[in-house]
Amino acid sequence: MLSIKNLHARVEEKEILKGINLEVKPGEVHAIMGPNGSGKSTLASVLAGRENFEVTGGEVAFEGKDIIEMAPEDRAREGIFLAFQYPVEIPGVSTVNFLKTAVNEVREYRGMQPMNSVEFLKEMKEKMQLVEISQSLLNRSLNEGFSGGEKKRNEIFQMAMLEPKLAVLDETDSGLDIDALRIVANGVNKLKSKDNATIVVTHYQRLLDYIVPDYVHVLYNGRIVKSGTKELALELEEKGYDWIKAEADII
Amino acid sequence: MSKDNEILKEFTDSEYKYGFTTDIEQDAAPKGLSEDIVRFISEKKEEPEWLLEWRLKAYRHWLTLEEPDWANIGYEKPDFQDIIYYSAPKQKPELESLDEVDPELLETFSKLGISLDEQKRLSGVKVAVDAVMDSVSVKTTFRETLAEKGIIFCSFSEAVKDHPELVKQYMGSVVSMTDNYYAALNSAVFSDGSFCYIPKGVRCPMELSTYFRINASGTGQFERTLIVADEGSYVSYLEGCTAPMRDENQLHAAVVEIFVAKDAEVKYSTVQNWYPGDKEGKGGIYNFVTKRGICDGDNAKLSWTQVETGSAVTWKYPSCILKGDRSIGEFYSVAVTNNYQQADTGTKMIHIGKDTKSRIVSKGVSAGKSQNSYRGLVKVLKRAENARNFSQCDSLLMGSKCGAHTFPYIDVENKSAHVEHEATTSKIGEDQLFYCNQRGIDTEKAVALIVNGYCKEVLNQLPMEFAVEAQKLLALTLEGSVG
Repeated sequence: MLSIKNLHARVEEKEILKGINLEVKPGEVHAIMGPNGSGKSTLASVLAGRENFEVTGGEVAFEGKDIIEMAPEDRAREGIFLAFQYPVEIPGVSTVNFLKTAVNEVREYRGMQPMNSVEFLKEMKEKMQLVEISQSLLNRSLNEGFSGGEKKRNEIFQMAMLEPKLAVLDETDSGLDIDALRIVANGVNKLKSKDNATIVVTHYQRLLDYIVPDYVHVLYNGRIVKSGTKELALELEEKGYDWIKAEADII
Repeated sequence: MSKDNEILKEFTDSEYKYGFTTDIEQDAAPKGLSEDIVRFISEKKEEPEWLLEWRLKAYRHWLTLEEPDWANIGYEKPDFQDIIYYSAPKQKPELESLDEVDPELLETFSKLGISLDEQKRLSGVKVAVDAVMDSVSVKTTFRETLAEKGIIFCSFSEAVKDHPELVKQYMGSVVSMTDNYYAALNSAVFSDGSFCYIPKGVRCPMELSTYFRINASGTGQFERTLIVADEGSYVSYLEGCTAPMRDENQLHAAVVEIFVAKDAEVKYSTVQNWYPGDKEGKGGIYNFVTKRGICDGDNAKLSWTQVETGSAVTWKYPSCILKGDRSIGEFYSVAVTNNYQQADTGTKMIHIGKDTKSRIVSKGVSAGKSQNSYRGLVKVLKRAENARNFSQCDSLLMGSKCGAHTFPYIDVENKSAHVEHEATTSKIGEDQLFYCNQRGIDTEKAVALIVNGYCKEVLNQLPMEFAVEAQKLLALTLEGSVG
């Protein structure tokens, strides 16, 4: 589904990603871990096509299509979803209105009829239960005045509505208490299928107790320096990142 | 060049969709302004002597005035001798039915999305329309239905003929002929406009609206609107305007007067979409308008809502004189400027009565190389015990070549007054756009979404069907001004 080969990227003049290789197949959950400043969020942003991140080398193919030159909205329409670490507020635009626009833009791109309000509301009611989000919250301005937990739940709710093929969760656990974490993780798990894939970017192992990854990759200094299964995450939790850094720095 | 600027450049093609002209035989006055022209207009309109005298008085006063230049706008002053002050589509003087209206004219208004055919509207929402093209009113719809309730809704000229006592009593009572330069000019040469009277205790059963259209080249449009809401009555009034695309600057100097009696309420909404000039700033309408209402009696309420997207230069301050005790004045405004447009707009709230309240919500959106100013006065007079005002002035900037300015004046003579003023300036964030993009919404749609959200508080004040129009208009005006 996603194939990243020797990806290099920089922000302004600073090279952040220095040769990333990653293969993600349908049905898989990959966790990207690593110390602060290792390039985790940059990788998430580059996949989504954020403009101030410049790809300087390598390939990124999504379902066989090269996406490096693709506009962010087209990547989204192709089925890439990014759950933001810091969801943005848009005053005066309700989540309902925002999502209806988004869903219909995506449908139009895929040659589908737009959803009418009745269908949309029905769909919404179903998906709301997944992340235990209330109608009143969705009628409010997008993310404005939402608590940290509400914002993250709203991200997963949007994901549920947009039904992406590849979901990238960027530090979705940050700022969540344990209950909110469980709700968010539950939502993600329920949305999992054999046809879609998830990349979980996180600093802590805690989220991985709830969203169990098939693979864990450790990102350090712009490269994936170690890959393994979920046990690797536990090891990191126990020992911290220093031993990985030490290993990587020797090489 | 940053990506912002690229997007900005890429989209600066915003098309003005009402730029067509209509080929209709015109009956016009010769160019220029003099007492003779004033007499000519008055004669054309078969006016009574008192009105001619009134016009001449205004004209003579106008001659003593200087064109004001305190507004934050720059433009080539119009040559008042190079303007045609009267231009009317040639047609039969009395129209019995719609069939007698020049089909070209009907076509014009139907292109603007305004149906003058009452039958067609019966199924949908009822809106009575007075259509004014160049100097004369073309057709007023639903007149009979309204008359059953005693409501008078007609062109200004007809009001002069049929209801001279009302016109005499109220014309100039809120905006005097000597009020300001453009008001004096209008008083001298106004050609038509709308008149509306709501009798005591009557709630007008439908929206009333006037559509203004400048068609002929070289003409100015000087219309007057007079609305009188008698005790305990209610009316919601909408005004829309468009003009063809022309290289020259055309002058529009209108006067709107609203008289609100005790316990009455008037909502006045404007969607102003005069031709703004081209991308280089050539052509466009000079929109120099005086709008004012008086809450004359106790508990009267006047609410102005305006969505200003057109005109090359806008100079306009719809105001409320809160004379009655506990009277309420509101001003909700969205002013959008793009390319080389300039807007200096705001309101005046004059608190005279006790316990009077006013609320100002102004949302400015500037894009391209435009300049957008809010100018507002809140004045609390000595006897206005417990006056309240809340003002909120927000500016949204797009790109780095436009300007947003705020000039709030506060003048309080009574210590019991509470006056609050809040102001913010923001830009559409790159992170907001990216967030929308990431959900599959392209940048242009994202901007429309964000701007509509930003203006929501004001758009919510508009009658439903016009709110939808206004939203589309905002998107159209800003097409491409995006960064």
